[in-house]
Amino acid sequence: MTTTLPAYDEVVARYEPVIGLETHVELGTNTKMWCGCPTDFGGEPNTRVCPVCLGLPGSLPVANKAAIEATIRIGLALNCSIAQWCRFARKNYFYPDMPKNFQISQYDEPLCFDGYLDVEVNGETVRIGIERVHLEEDTGKTLHVGGATGRIHGATESLVDYNRAGIPLVEIVTKPIPGTGALAPEVARAYVTELRDVLRSLGVSDVRMEEGSLRCDVNTSLNLPGEEWGTRTETKNVNSLRSVERAVRSEMLRQASVLDAGGRITQETRHFHEDTGDTTPGRSKETATDYRYFPEPDLVPLAPDPAWVAELKAALPELPRLHRRRLQQAWGLSDADMQSVLNAGAVELIEETVAAGATPAAARKWWLGELSRRANETGVELAEVGATPAQVAELQGLVDAGKLNDKLARAVLEGVVAGEGSPTEIMGARGLEVVSDTGALTAAVDEAIAANPEIAEKIRSGKVAAAGALVGAVMKTTRGQADAKTVRELILTRLS
Amino acid sequence: MTDITRMTATQIAELVASGETSAVEVTRAHLDRIAAVDGQVNAFLHVDSEGALAAAREVDARRSAGEELGPLAGVPVAVKDVLTTKGVPTTVGSKILEGWRPPYDSTIVQRLRAAGTVMLGKTNMDEFAMGSSTEYSAYGPTRNPWDTDRIPGGSGGGSAAALAAYEAPLAIGSDTGGSIRQPGAVTGTVGAKPTYGGTSRYGLVAFSSSLDTPGPCARTVLDAALLHEAIGGHDPRDSTSIPAPVPDVVAAAKLGATGDLSGVRLGIVSEFAGEGAEPGVLAAFHEAVDTLTKLGAEIVEVSCPHFRYALPAYYLIAPSECSSNLARFDGVRFGLRVGDDGNRSLEEVMSLTREAGFGAEVKRRIMIGTYALSSGYYDAYYGQAQKVRTLITRDFTAAFERVDALISPTTPFVAFPLGARTSDPYQMYLADLFTIPTNLYGGPGISVPCGLSDGLPVGLQVMAPTMADDRMYRVAAALESAVGTLTPPQL
Ligand SMILES: [Zn+2]
Repeated sequence: MTTTLPAYDEVVARYEPVIGLETHVELGTNTKMWCGCPTDFGGEPNTRVCPVCLGLPGSLPVANKAAIEATIRIGLALNCSIAQWCRFARKNYFYPDMPKNFQISQYDEPLCFDGYLDVEVNGETVRIGIERVHLEEDTGKTLHVGGATGRIHGATESLVDYNRAGIPLVEIVTKPIPGTGALAPEVARAYVTELRDVLRSLGVSDVRMEEGSLRCDVNTSLNLPGEEWGTRTETKNVNSLRSVERAVRSEMLRQASVLDAGGRITQETRHFHEDTGDTTPGRSKETATDYRYFPEPDLVPLAPDPAWVAELKAALPELPRLHRRRLQQAWGLSDADMQSVLNAGAVELIEETVAAGATPAAARKWWLGELSRRANETGVELAEVGATPAQVAELQGLVDAGKLNDKLARAVLEGVVAGEGSPTEIMGARGLEVVSDTGALTAAVDEAIAANPEIAEKIRSGKVAAAGALVGAVMKTTRGQADAKTVRELILTRLS
Repeated sequence: MTDITRMTATQIAELVASGETSAVEVTRAHLDRIAAVDGQVNAFLHVDSEGALAAAREVDARRSAGEELGPLAGVPVAVKDVLTTKGVPTTVGSKILEGWRPPYDSTIVQRLRAAGTVMLGKTNMDEFAMGSSTEYSAYGPTRNPWDTDRIPGGSGGGSAAALAAYEAPLAIGSDTGGSIRQPGAVTGTVGAKPTYGGTSRYGLVAFSSSLDTPGPCARTVLDAALLHEAIGGHDPRDSTSIPAPVPDVVAAAKLGATGDLSGVRLGIVSEFAGEGAEPGVLAAFHEAVDTLTKLGAEIVEVSCPHFRYALPAYYLIAPSECSSNLARFDGVRFGLRVGDDGNRSLEEVMSLTREAGFGAEVKRRIMIGTYALSSGYYDAYYGQAQKVRTLITRDFTAAFERVDALISPTTPFVAFPLGARTSDPYQMYLADLFTIPTNLYGGPGISVPCGLSDGLPVGLQVMAPTMADDRMYRVAAALESAVGTLTPPQL
């Protein structure tokens, strides 16, 4: 079926979108949620398992205190109330990657609830309501082998890896977000970005969307102005920040085309496809499983000590938004300049470079200039470009000490990115140091004077401006390594 | 020397400790007894002769090396097949786990090993501990040594029958609604359900997590107390385990054995004193009440008005939890797998496995529980049952403000003939009428022989406040000192 999608501005002129986001975060605890198995990524299948996370008969869960602490800290960072008493609940459904055929989760008694997160979009602050933050366990991974599709139907064998089963997972659910109009896709992206930064600042997860430690489901609905909210769809498989924005936009366009044609939206799960930017239908919610939630009888209720919660609150790190504001002031940047630092993903890199001794201006120059250019060329994140903040600070130190000029510094940086060593090592190994030793330069100056008698004569007769040409000649023979100022002084002394 | 298999655990431990006999000799005597009589009783699903003899040899070696042995070292024990045993088959009386050898030991079994007891094997039970007669075992019923045409109670009929048939001096059971106490009553043995959380559930294959309680079975109250002490106490691997020391049940049993109950106030639950029980059971119970009075106890009548709702509440809570607990038996990771011919879908294989692997009673409870938890019915069923549970707890709390312990018959009827109640689930459920309230409350209860009715044993139940397990041992030991132990006819 081919449908022509309406134009985006027409859609937002006719309809009002309501969005909502459900984010799953794998916590970076050392051990799993209910057992002592390690959580490290990438082990051979089924090597990070025990009777508990395999759900063997007789095994029992014991809650991981570090995971509870991390969840409370997330809740506090998102301005939530922390439950004084709450329980885990069983979510029952049959699926082979769930060892017990139920997931231990939380239902009507989440650990954290009723908070908010402020995000900035186009210089405006949008307050996103947080419905709940709760703790649950991750599932294993099923691999369907054989068959053409790699899907469960048609596969000849299904293999399950339980290494991931039982890793603590935090679910963060927003309240419905109405009133964002045309900005809905950007608001969604800004929220997930800000949330990711908050989680990173808390140090509770490595928040890598591509590895699945941060996963996002996006709810979208459209309604006519003044009417009730429309039926929503839930888009899954949204695995990057860019995809969050694209998924909302794509779903808004699709729903508008259905509504324009007089159709109705089915409440369903849809899958986002990175390659096409489209969503396709998954399971219909109208025939969804009854999860038969009930309080988990194998675990005692959680009753976090209010004094402990207060301690955790007092010890929260400065949150990214406030932190950024403070940095902007310290670095003396305009809003626009700060925005370009943010867009480049360079805040922490500049911060660490400054901490390693560089001035904010110099640090920003390197990260937003040469290094951003290289990152763009090679298609990697700035943080993965190959240079560390400490190396950049060291490089700038060499410039400040007069040992490198701008051109030489860029050559040294090339070596750093190529992994040849520290800036000082590369400078030595490649012989890139500025030559300011007058003895070594005198010969080059004399050579230049001898080769350009006419220019030399002009200088002797008082036309000092002509010295530039001789400096250029010396720089050429010394391959740029001479200190231009020293060269100029030598020429003038020789010809005075 | 007298027959070792007729001795109490206490006597056996003394003989082993003094070197008068060896643990290996004791073990051989019991293995021989099993070989001789278990064909008639079917108490054991699996006899681990090699493992038992190895454990016995270790005890003997430790003794020779001059090591101090625990109070139960060298004593054989039979373990209900609901507890995982590393490398030893664990079936829970179900086809769905046929051939499964767990890769780990339950906490109870670990503690039994640490105490130097010798595990003889695994005992028969109603499938997944659902039943009151052991007739719902997938491996055939266990028979009552008092009359092999009668049931030994359930679900732990195998453990109780093993004691009554002198196949083991000690056994482990698990009690969800009466599965230790009711078999104890109908086989003339002692069965104690500890306070919920007083014994670890780690490695106990779950039926109903909020009710399941492993506990000791023995032929004497003191033996039960010694076993209780050996297996009890906090286990960090069970979140619902209580972080407190085991009440001093051994001292309480010894105190009770002096036959003095003066200063002890016992309450008869008026709701259980007349209703539902057979006349012979009531007669034996009232005779025991007279005995307790003579021992110095003060008897008062106590009303627990909500106990009448215990049975229906139990038959919502236990099936609800079981419907979820038993979901993991799907043929994917362990146990039976049916229909995996390369053509069927995963769902079909799961479904065929469960269809073939579970018996009718288990399926009935999974269906009831699934229904009770389903959206739209939860509040009316599971939610209401939880409210009843709270009311029953209040009844107990109020009663224990007036009395030290409550007493009742353990079960309304003596051992019934095989097949008498299998066609009517409700008639079977009534067997646990008097034991279920304790499980809903979470307190301890013990069944101790109190007499005979038509030549069959009758048990008296003592119920105590949570973590006051010692009180029930004292009362039970005192009654035992007056009534004596019951000896079944020769097999
Ligand atoms: Zn594990």
